[in-house]
Amino acid sequence: LTLCWFFYLAIGHHIPIYTQCLILVISNKESAAQQKGLLIFGVVLSVLLQETFRFAYYKLLKKANEGLLTLSQEETMPISIRQLAYVSGLGFGFMSGAFSVVNILADSAGPGTVGIHGDSQHYFLSSAFMTMAIILLHMFWGVVFFDACEKQRWWAVGAVVISHLLVSCLTFQNPEYVASLVPTYVILFLMGVWAFYSAGGSLKNLKLCLTCKDKDLLLANHRPR
Amino acid sequence: MNASDSDEDIYNERSALVRSESPALPSYIPDSDLTPPNGTPTKRLKAGISRRPGPAAADGGGSDPEVEAEEEELTLKYGAKHVIMLFIPVTLCMVVVVATIKSVSFYTEKTDQQLIYTPFTENTSSVGRRLLNSVLNTIIMISVIVVMTIFLVVLYKYRCYKFIHGWLILSSLMLLFWFSFMYLGEVFKTYNLAMDYPTVGVIIWNFGAVGMICIHWKGPLQLQQAYLILISALMALVFIKYLPEWSAWVILGAISVYDLVAVLSPKGPLRMLVETAQERNEPIFPALIYSCECVHCSRSAPINNGSAACLMFVIVSSDPSVSPVSHLCLSQGLCLTLLLLAIFKKALPALPISITFGLVFYFSTDFLVQPFMDNLAAHQFYI
Repeated sequence: LTLCWFFYLAIGHHIPIYTQCLILVISNKESAAQQKGLLIFGVVLSVLLQETFRFAYYKLLKKANEGLLTLSQEETMPISIRQLAYVSGLGFGFMSGAFSVVNILADSAGPGTVGIHGDSQHYFLSSAFMTMAIILLHMFWGVVFFDACEKQRWWAVGAVVISHLLVSCLTFQNPEYVASLVPTYVILFLMGVWAFYSAGGSLKNLKLCLTCKDKDLLLANHRPR
Repeated sequence: MNASDSDEDIYNERSALVRSESPALPSYIPDSDLTPPNGTPTKRLKAGISRRPGPAAADGGGSDPEVEAEEEELTLKYGAKHVIMLFIPVTLCMVVVVATIKSVSFYTEKTDQQLIYTPFTENTSSVGRRLLNSVLNTIIMISVIVVMTIFLVVLYKYRCYKFIHGWLILSSLMLLFWFSFMYLGEVFKTYNLAMDYPTVGVIIWNFGAVGMICIHWKGPLQLQQAYLILISALMALVFIKYLPEWSAWVILGAISVYDLVAVLSPKGPLRMLVETAQERNEPIFPALIYSCECVHCSRSAPINNGSAACLMFVIVSSDPSVSPVSHLCLSQGLCLTLLLLAIFKKALPALPISITFGLVFYFSTDFLVQPFMDNLAAHQFYI
């Protein structure tokens, strides 16, 4: 339940998106090329803002966790920092995905023809795949980010920020979907593996889990080995 | 009404207002019992959640810090549980209203008809005149609400339970029968369904009668909650139709201020209502509040989400283009409110934070976010 609570707090990820929009609209110009340039600048700024907020979230959750720990003096931490990382990443991903896709979904119900003016036919499909990638990526970024902050590995934090920037910049190549989607999925896979290892997984764990020989799991389900 | 009456298990006016089926709320433990004689209450309560672990652990005098720590933890869990539990009805309410607005055009057709509470029209030529009219409408509406609330509190204080009961029955009767009849009629019109009066009569009668019983007497808790959600949605729809736009926004702002005042200030009517109810050890009228299932909690912290609150939530989200956004900020507002509730352990206004968030985000979305998001989606840029 407390996890749910933190999830809802993590939904505050929309705050950086709002500040970004505020900044952008204030500096609004007329010409199309300048518009596109401004948009790109806006995207980059938005990514940096999001990562800053992720760091701020890390600090906030850490302090809340400390508070919880002091309250329940006998027990160990009720929520591990890894669970917090997962929940926070999920919240971020959910918000990001929602913002990206909800307008597109709303339009997809209405009357219209995809690509009638010569644009790509695969607009909705590629949007869906991209959104899925972004949500999963946010989750992985959350896990890696928090773990890196815990262990004070600042290069890993930098790597997360850079990969976020990279993914966003890759989307500038839309509608050449091959150029943008394929690298994004490669990055997704790599980040997934990295997150898995930083969350404490390993090949041995994975094998035990998949072949149902994991002791902890069996004990929890009261089944004989 | 003497004390012996309440001890017997008879259905009199007093017990009719006291839900016999509702989960027993234990008696309110005033703050002074918890705090040590020397400590300052709010600081200690804050320490449980805030960044400084010092005061809670270091305090030596007065009550047992371990017991207090456990209670703090329970309050946290209690607060977290209530976020979920209140999130669901608010969401459901919004879903019902948004679905209706999208499909049944009746509720978005602007008519010149207005409620008697908002006599000033907004069809004026100049912006200034329109603003003035909306402010005047708000003043009238708020004063009506204030007068009614004070009247209700006075009635409750002087134990005029019969009158209150009759009033509540009359208003819920109107809602359950008349408004739902109108709603059903409009839904049939929209989907071009042929229907005869006897069938409609049977449907409305069943709906209304079960609703009256559920709300004012006994019934399954979930059914009661469902009815309250539906009533809130119906009221919201009526307001959407008959309340002019600018007046609605100004009223929202004013209601949040009033809510703050009414619940937090010592002479505020809502606060007096809650305290009187607690002194008499009764749950408050079931028709007015949305009672959460709080059987497991060991302390009572009444959550006053009047149906007026649900209604206002829904009005904010009534614009379908920004409903996900307002939904989010409302949930954030709810979280924050409940967090504060857990900290202060008093009856808190649920509205102001949510409404402030809602207003801020609604306007900022409309003017700021929309163009940016549209641009991003057009180029398929992802952030």
